[in-house]
This record gives sequence, C-alpha cells and structure tokens, in this order.
Amino acid sequence: MTKATTPVLELKSVSRLFEGIRAVDNVSLKLYAGEIVGLIGPNGAGKTTLVNLISGFLSVSSGDVIFDGASITHKKPHVIAQSGIARTFQIVQPFAKMTVLENVMAGAIYAGHRGMVQARDKAIECLEFTKLAHLKDMPASELALANRKRLELAKSLAMNPRVLMLDEVNAGLNSSEIDEAIRMIRSIAATGITIVVIEHLMRVVTALAERTVVLHHGAVASEGPTDEVMRDPKVIEAYLGNKFAQRFAETSGAPVARPA
Amino acid sequence: MIIDRAFALKIAFGVLLFACGAGLSAVLDNYYLQVGTTLAMLCALCWAWNIVGGYMGYPALCMISFFGIGAYAGGIAQAAGVSESLAWLIAAGVGALFALLLGVPLLRLKGHYFAVGTIASVEVLREVANNWEQLTGGAVGLNLPIHAGSPDEVGRFFYLAMLGLAFLAFLITALVDRTKFGFGLRCIRQNEQAASMVGIDVFKYKVGAFVLTGVLGAATGAIYASMVAFLEPKDAFNLIMTIEIPVMVMLGGMGTIFGPLIGGVSYVILKEFVWAYFINWHSGILGLIVVTVIYFLPVGVLGLTWRDIFKKLGASKSTRPATSDIARSTS
Repeated sequence: MTKATTPVLELKSVSRLFEGIRAVDNVSLKLYAGEIVGLIGPNGAGKTTLVNLISGFLSVSSGDVIFDGASITHKKPHVIAQSGIARTFQIVQPFAKMTVLENVMAGAIYAGHRGMVQARDKAIECLEFTKLAHLKDMPASELALANRKRLELAKSLAMNPRVLMLDEVNAGLNSSEIDEAIRMIRSIAATGITIVVIEHLMRVVTALAERTVVLHHGAVASEGPTDEVMRDPKVIEAYLGNKFAQRFAETSGAPVARPA
Repeated sequence: MIIDRAFALKIAFGVLLFACGAGLSAVLDNYYLQVGTTLAMLCALCWAWNIVGGYMGYPALCMISFFGIGAYAGGIAQAAGVSESLAWLIAAGVGALFALLLGVPLLRLKGHYFAVGTIASVEVLREVANNWEQLTGGAVGLNLPIHAGSPDEVGRFFYLAMLGLAFLAFLITALVDRTKFGFGLRCIRQNEQAASMVGIDVFKYKVGAFVLTGVLGAATGAIYASMVAFLEPKDAFNLIMTIEIPVMVMLGGMGTIFGPLIGGVSYVILKEFVWAYFINWHSGILGLIVVTVIYFLPVGVLGLTWRDIFKKLGASKSTRPATSDIARSTS
C-alpha cells in the first residue's frame, strides 16, 4: 500500500510509570492513514496501557503523542475521542440498559458531531455494517458476547474515527465469528481508517496486519512487516515460543532464525 | 431532537393537564387551592430532582439545600424591599451559583460518598441559617412582606405561580428527555468511562445537570417563601423533605417524564391517608410503606410493563429486578 508522508498518529518516546515500574517504556511509533497495525506482546507487556495513554485515560509520564500534527498528550479522553481517536475496551463497556441503537447513537452524537436525527441514521448504517441491525431495539445487556464485541465496533465506527484501536475484539469468539470480524476490520481499513489491532490470536494478526509492533516489558521489542516480526528471534523467545515459530515457518514456507 | 408520536402525545397530555389545573383555579375554594399549591410545589421539586437523580442517576440528597437557599435568597431580597418577581429571579440565580459551587467538588464523588456529601450540605446550611443572624434572622425567623389581596386572591395567585413553575420544570424535563444533553446524562448513568470514550464531557454535563436542578429548586423555594411570608431554618432546610422528594420520584419512575408527577401525587395521597388514620404512628407507617414499595417496585410505577406484571404474578423471586437495575422506562 502507499503510505502518506506524514503519520496520522505519532508517539514520541512515550513512557508511563506506575510507582517506579515502567509500564510503557520509551515507545516511539508512527501510524499512517488506512494501515492496519498489529500490537502484540505477552500479558503485562503494556499493550492496554499504551492504548489508555493514547486515548487519554492515563496521563503520559514523559514523551509526546501527536495526532494529525497537533499534540494531544495531556488532553482529556472526551476531547481525544471528539478529535477522531476511537477505541474499544478489552472488557466490553456497553451502556447496558440502553438499546443497541442508542449505544451506537451515543458514538455518533458526541464524537461524531451529529444531531439526534442524523445520529440515528448513522447508527443504523453502522449497525447494518456490523450485522446488528435486527437487534437494534434490544437492551445492550441482553446481547451475546460476539454481538457485544460487534456493538463496541459499531459504536466506535459511529464516532467517525481516523484512528481505531481494537483491544482484543476477537477474544472469546469462535472461529467463524473471527472470520467475520476479520472481514469487517479489513473493510473498515479500506475506508482510510487507521486500525491498531491488539490481539493474542496470532491468526488474526497475521491475517490483518501489514505491520506489527511487539511490546515486551513496556518497550518495543520488535517492529516491522508482520511476517518478518514473526521470525524475529527476540520475538520468538519473548512471546511466540519455538512451537509457534515452527508452525508459522511450515505454513509460510520461510526459514526461521533460531533464537540464540 | 427526535420527536415521535408517543412523545408528542405525552407533551400534549402534559399541556392539557396543566391547562386544566390552571382552569380549576377559577372554581376551587381556598382549601383545595392550598392542596393544589403544595402538590404543584412538590411536583416541581420532583421534576427538578429527576434530572440529577433520575436521568443522571446520582443519589443527590440536597434538594432541600437548593430549596432553602432559594427561599432565603428570595426572602432576604424581599425583606430588603426588592419586588416579589425580581426576588424570585434573584433566588434562581443564587440557586445556580450555589449549585455550581456545591457541584464542582461533590460531583467528583460517586455513590454513597456523593449521597453523604449532599446530605451534609443540608445540615451545614441549616446551621448557617441558624447562626448568621444579621442576614437570616437566625432561629427567630425572617418576616417577609405579605402579598397584598384577599385570602382567595392570594391563594389563587400562589397556586398559579407554583403551577407555572411546575409546568416549566415539566417542559425542561421533556427537553432533557429528548436532547443531546439528556441523552448524555443517561449515558453517564450507565457508564461514565464509556461515556467519556464516546466524546461526552462527563464533568461538564454533570455540573450542568446539577445547576439545572439547583435553579428549579431555588425558584420553588423563593415562591414558597413569598407564600408563607415567614422563614425559619428548620422549615427551609427540612431534612425529611430532602429524602421525601427522591422517594416520590422513585415511586413514580426515575428518569421518566411523568414519573415525578405520578410519584408526587400518589405520595401526597398516601401521606394524607396515613395522617388521617394513624395520627400517632404516621411516620413509621409511611416509612414502612415506602420501603415496601421500593423493595417490590424498584422501577417505579412507570417502569412497569404488562410483561413485568404477568411475569411477577407467576414468577420466581429471581425475576425481581435488583435495585441497581432501575431501568429507564418509556415513561
């Protein structure tokens, strides 16, 4: 794909300390329009913390977050959401007692800057895209897990984001649900939205991400085209393990470097 | 603003109801005008509380702080020679300012902490009113100029004034129910983190709702002060009332347009009945009834659907909604 010359989102040496522990350590990243970037790493590597820093839920200890040419480093979450960065939560956070339609409308009204009536139209459009339209009048709390994950996706889409961070939207889904989700994420990226996929499911990362960033102990352990990263000895040692590397090599037919 | 048929019918019904209420003032005698005035006052307070307590879901127990602040602000202004209507406006302004000053620190708290903080404001204000004698007259009380006219005229005047304020509170509630602002409050009630994630300025919305409630509460207090023409701290900052208002709204249905009206009216009827038959035990019996109703009907009268009623008739205990599940009904 052709990359724009200036990144949509750029992290400059971003760190976050929790009482002396560096949860995110000196992370620098550039994200370009329309690309899908995988963010992987072991549990506790700082993936979700990084998302929280970008979306303003946690404040950055040092470093800078640049979105669209302007710093959003110490902006409040709602300001960042309004400016065009959407995220989903690992543990889904619907407005439980509101209907599916109202949930998605919320995204369209505030971050999407729409009036109530236009927000409803936009919400229906997003629900059709995520195949939830037939459930629109159901309370969000009554949805099954796969549909709740899709609801998070629909809600974020209604926000008209330019960057969308998906924090484990596929965890707990079955195989065919994952295939469906992969298709959806691809077509979202095709509209020019930059997507960050945080996943433990390597199958999803390899299917979606052109580029992958590996976090380990809060720092970037490896970064580059996904298939190269998968063969990086450091990554295999820290996260993937030799068994996976073997399997990946067999399926992709490329030689695997042995960890030292 | 989404205006569907159901909403238009509700508004039309409300307008009709208030028009009838205003029309009745021509025929009612003084006793019924008094009852009607009290009812309109309680409903105005219920509608005001419903914005913060119902739509936003914050257990504010400071309705009477707003009411008392308004009563004293209006009363002091009138005692200083300001005209009645201007005093009411001043009271509303003071109410807004007070709600802002109280809301900015308190709205950072949640749940029980918020409830305790708000209830403390009632106690503090009563002590201030008791002790700041130069301004409030202290425990001796504050005399206001008496509204000129025959008892019937005065009764009718205050009945219409309270009814007008209740109508205003009703219209504001209808707006809150249908606009971006009210929609945001409902999101905040469900999940504040998710609300800020979809771009809602949560704190600004919360303070805004608190101020709206404060303005309406203070205006009600000011009209009340002019009506009774005498204020004392234990009357203006009545701790029982600050609990009764939320109970009324819970009875009717929180976060609904007509819940405050239904709750207010049914509570007053219930109270009159208990007063009439159990004069010595009225507080205890009323308390028991309130607890029973909240326990078995946590969603309020308007929260019930036919489906719920049938379910309840033949259902096991587990289908009873938890108190935390107080759902927004379609009023």
